[in-house]
Amino acid sequence: MELTFYIAAAVAILSTIMVITRYNIIHALLYLVVSFLAVAVVFFTLGAPFMAALEIIIYAGAIVVLIIFVIMMLNLTQEDVQREKEWLKPSVWVGPAILSAVLLAELVYIVAAGTPPQTEAVVAVDARLVGLSLFGPYILGVQLCGILLTAGIVGAYHLGRQKKKVIHRFLQERSAAA
Amino acid sequence: MSVSTMEAALLLAGVLFMLGLISVLIRRNIIFMLISVEIMLNAAGLAFIVAGSKWVQPDGQVMFIFILTMAAAEVSVGLALILQIYHQLKTLDSDAANFMKG
Repeated sequence: MELTFYIAAAVAILSTIMVITRYNIIHALLYLVVSFLAVAVVFFTLGAPFMAALEIIIYAGAIVVLIIFVIMMLNLTQEDVQREKEWLKPSVWVGPAILSAVLLAELVYIVAAGTPPQTEAVVAVDARLVGLSLFGPYILGVQLCGILLTAGIVGAYHLGRQKKKVIHRFLQERSAAA
Repeated sequence: MSVSTMEAALLLAGVLFMLGLISVLIRRNIIFMLISVEIMLNAAGLAFIVAGSKWVQPDGQVMFIFILTMAAAEVSVGLALILQIYHQLKTLDSDAANFMKG
């Protein structure tokens, strides 16, 4: 079980590095799917199998497919890959990378130097407990999530709507001339 | 699952979050920035799952469900915004959208 965890963690980190260094966005999305699958395996080893399923269904399924559809609508070509290559010069990424690595080093130090608590075996928290907790003490959060999703739907519809087409062709010509 | 594995899982969440942060900082393509935000949200959810697994409580997984919901709403609105930006500016460069018009 521990070996499974470490292998999945290594796969997750490597594929995420591949995601953020790709020039072609479709390749990056494929690596992103691999990263999400690896994180799902990590969830499984941590005793959260229901969350692993949700991770695969929603992250690797719905969200990535949504991004792929938008990329298909945008009609990206080979020259976009070239421009992406120009945008990602070493002078751009060295500074933020070093600063973030310093932050990560601090985090590693804090986690490693913390007092280790007592050991215990992994116990799976099954979906029944999660459901009871979700619709018990956290019912307000569930309702807020519903409001958030409604706002998301309305906002995405409003923002994604194209400009209103002119129905009549004479009016269209006049509006083009104006 | 030993304590060292829990620490390793927390470190994994930290590393993934840092990779997403680096990508947000260095990328100029706005779709890549959105993907990086997804990576960071996922890392935060992983930290919640680790905590819930450590104390054998369902609260961590409940929080992960909330994060999942938020990520779905965020990516739909973000992609709609990206479509609008692309139609207005004909580019995915985030630097091209650095002025306000009002």
